[in-house]
Amino acid sequence: MNFQSDDNYSCHGNDHVERRSFLKIGGAAGFSLLTPVASALARQHNDGPIETAKSLIVLWLDGAPSQLETFDPHPGTDIAAGSKARKTNADGVLIGDGFEQVAEQMDSISLIRAVTSKEGDHARAVYNIKSGFRPDPTLIHPSVGSVICHQTLSDSQLIDIPRHISILPGGFPARGGYLGDAFDAFKIGDPKRPVPDVTAVVDKKRQRQRINDLNFVDQAFLARHANNSAKRAKLNPSNLNAALTMMSSEQLDAFDVSNESESLRAEYGDTPFGRGCLAAVRLIKAGVRCVEITLGGWDTHVNNHELQAGRIKILDPAFAALIRDLKRRMLLDSTLVLCGGEFGRTPFVNPVGGRDHWPQGFSVAMAGGGIQGGRVVGETNPEPKQGARASARLADLKDPHGVEDIHATILKAMGIQYEHELDTPVGRPMKICQGKPIERLLET
Amino acid sequence: MATTRNWFKDVFLFGVILSGLAAVTAYLLAVDRVVTPESFHTTPLTKIRAASAKLDQAINTSIADAQLQSTNRADSSQIFRRLALSLTGSLPSVEELREIEKIAADEQVHWYVSHLLEDKRTSDYLAERFTRVFVGVEQGPFLIYRRRRFRTWLSDQFRANMPYDRICKTMLTSNGIWTDKPQVNFYTYNIIPDVDDETKPDPIRLAARTSRAFLGMRIDCLQCHDDFLGTMNLGSADDPVEGTQRHFHALASFFSQVKNSVTGIYDDLDADTYQYKLLDDDEESVIEAQVPFSEAFDQASKNNLRVRLANWVTHDENLPFARSVVNRVWAIMFGRGFIQPVDNIPLEGPFPVALEQLAHDFMTNGYDLHRLIRVIAYSEAFQRSSTADFEILSAHNSHFAVFPILRLRPEQVAGSIIQSTSLTTIDATSHIISQLTKFGQETDFVDRFGDLGEDEFNEKSETITQRLLLMNGKMVRERLKSQLNSVTRIADLSPNMETAVETIYLATLSRKPTTEESEFFVSQLTDVSSGQRKRKVVDIYWSLINSVEFVWNH
Repeated sequence: MNFQSDDNYSCHGNDHVERRSFLKIGGAAGFSLLTPVASALARQHNDGPIETAKSLIVLWLDGAPSQLETFDPHPGTDIAAGSKARKTNADGVLIGDGFEQVAEQMDSISLIRAVTSKEGDHARAVYNIKSGFRPDPTLIHPSVGSVICHQTLSDSQLIDIPRHISILPGGFPARGGYLGDAFDAFKIGDPKRPVPDVTAVVDKKRQRQRINDLNFVDQAFLARHANNSAKRAKLNPSNLNAALTMMSSEQLDAFDVSNESESLRAEYGDTPFGRGCLAAVRLIKAGVRCVEITLGGWDTHVNNHELQAGRIKILDPAFAALIRDLKRRMLLDSTLVLCGGEFGRTPFVNPVGGRDHWPQGFSVAMAGGGIQGGRVVGETNPEPKQGARASARLADLKDPHGVEDIHATILKAMGIQYEHELDTPVGRPMKICQGKPIERLLET
Repeated sequence: MATTRNWFKDVFLFGVILSGLAAVTAYLLAVDRVVTPESFHTTPLTKIRAASAKLDQAINTSIADAQLQSTNRADSSQIFRRLALSLTGSLPSVEELREIEKIAADEQVHWYVSHLLEDKRTSDYLAERFTRVFVGVEQGPFLIYRRRRFRTWLSDQFRANMPYDRICKTMLTSNGIWTDKPQVNFYTYNIIPDVDDETKPDPIRLAARTSRAFLGMRIDCLQCHDDFLGTMNLGSADDPVEGTQRHFHALASFFSQVKNSVTGIYDDLDADTYQYKLLDDDEESVIEAQVPFSEAFDQASKNNLRVRLANWVTHDENLPFARSVVNRVWAIMFGRGFIQPVDNIPLEGPFPVALEQLAHDFMTNGYDLHRLIRVIAYSEAFQRSSTADFEILSAHNSHFAVFPILRLRPEQVAGSIIQSTSLTTIDATSHIISQLTKFGQETDFVDRFGDLGEDEFNEKSETITQRLLLMNGKMVRERLKSQLNSVTRIADLSPNMETAVETIYLATLSRKPTTEESEFFVSQLTDVSSGQRKRKVVDIYWSLINSVEFVWNH
């Protein structure tokens, strides 16, 4: 597979300018006319078993959650430092005590408990876990959502809105890297607010005149540069049409969670993150390939237990409602859900009640899209040695997996040839992913 | 209390608006006085012009050898726009363009370059571009890394025109705390928290960074394995050998003495020698510090490894050092280097003659960055038109037979939107409100537009987010409606609508409109009410800011 100029990747063409979507997002009523992608997903579901996942939802826990208070509790041990655990509806699987609702969905969720990386700095670790590669100053690797959009280009003409979306992005939203900016996630804030920048700031008449004037200016400039065949494709202002199409598309409704029933919104929790998760489901249904929703505030160097508990109170209802809702809408088989942060936190509580950075054995949760539920891969030592070097910390783990294996698992579940190489702008062929799938999560 | 505060606020705003009005009136037509930059007279212009001519000769020979046509000189307005974008990251102001009009035509470029090199906007902007080279864009380790301080230090060096070799030597050899000695952030940035030993910066990261930033060579791959593609030669320029893992780690070994403590970065001359387990070895072995090429320049007897490395890097015959900065400064001004990627310059060449000439000129003239910028700016190549009556192919761009057009970088778009909506120059002497507004709006905009990170010269395509941001985004909306800016006043204060349209064109596109363009927009401003005229001015601004011409350097 060859890397191509990202000019070819525009999700929209000129022919879309006048196109109007027939999509009516079905809310509680359950009636919908679907986009072609969504229709294809629905058809697959009706026709038989889903072969591969089609969409990815990433619940991004920015700042690094503590594995001991979330998905890898060790109750009664020194490292728990008083944190309790809760039984779940998956046999023998314990999770942090605060996950009252997620515990009821654990038969649909699996945990990878000994994830490792070599990055202990937030920015570098986020890069690492979002792309599956360590930072490399010569090349920016694409995030997993960008890879998925790149590898499923054939459906890019089918919807008016971007196929890769980041809701409540923190400092490091998913990006296209060497695949091109066209694969960057489209960023929005709290779904209770309008989608940013999609509403014209003047009335239709003035907007028409502005566009006419703009065309007049552009035509003169493009005429002067008409001989520039080296840059012709990049000069083409085709995104103007794409932007106008998006601005008038009814698919924008997919961002608007107020169309959902009050009871459903309450299930997700009255929080920006909860609304983000609900919007993600609507967007997936509309044909979006990857949605990332960020919940920050996990960097608990001080007062860990209380701060983690506060975050879990927001995550628990949203994560659980997301799984329930995807099941109800028959989208869980075709939608892979990933929940995790850039690393874990130290098993040892520091003098100010905090837990520090810990990349050698942290947890990630996965569900749907071909991932079997109720399974646990990997194990951390309940009695790690304090002050041990990184190599000793790694030796403490059973069945550890690097972050690249999470990527391979996702990509395999999505039917993407993860070992294929792409050509990069620096001329160095690069594997889509350098990990190996965690087969135990995929085997039926 | 609240009332008093409001009163102050009203008076203050009134004052700002009043001074804005005065400026608008002044710059709609012309300026009364022109401040001559000091270096306009003190610069050895003849020598610099001779260097530019020599550079052009090399470039023109290469164009002729490739059997390509080249373009004539661009309109002066385009050259001023290119200079402002590459050196300050934003457009020239109407104030500046009106000042330039007062200068004799053959001295305008020299006047404007002198003006910009003495302007803090230039040192700040170049410092940001180079900070990305030395320490990247990440926030780095908490508490012990201060990126902004590092950038400010670099800006001070650039403004004082400190020789570039001295800047680099200081950066490589300094000791001390990251706040007091900002240059040591080059080291503290490379301390990896919570993974490795926190008392020292990571030699491996430092080796990779040093190679790219100071030598213009990407040898990162050698960290893990020998070169098997034959693309990473080291040893000697005349007799190169394939790069090996040992080459990389011998460079990393130079950083084995660097430590960090509560008093900051220092050298532990008794530190253990660097050890590493090479790919085919069974165990770690000691790897002595060794320079990756040109060993003749290395004073191997020196005890302090950092000082030894810094002396070698900045040795007055170490051409890769000079090439790397010349290629980068060229790329900052042209949007592309002689060699691409800019920090992947092969040791053994081949090198464009023009690059070699510039590198030698830079070395033999005291590593003078201001001089280098002038030599480039005064060249025919920089001043060539980007439009041609022949078909422009990639070869024309790579031979600089035309000025290569390039989409503006995110911070250039933001800076240009902000500058275009103010007729006066927003710089260090501007009102603090203007500066703060500029800083805040620019940061927000760049964040949403998409920062380029370290990957500085990769050509980008426009994204849907960027297009929507320009059309409907907060910054454009607020800049166009703000009473503090000049936009809505142009309609009222222009003596006629031709002047209004001309001013808008100068502010946004840095040029006067063609007759056709003037007539097109003047007709829309004529025979309408005052309110409609104001709205129309905003609309014209909007259309020009959204145009392809605005978001490209050409």
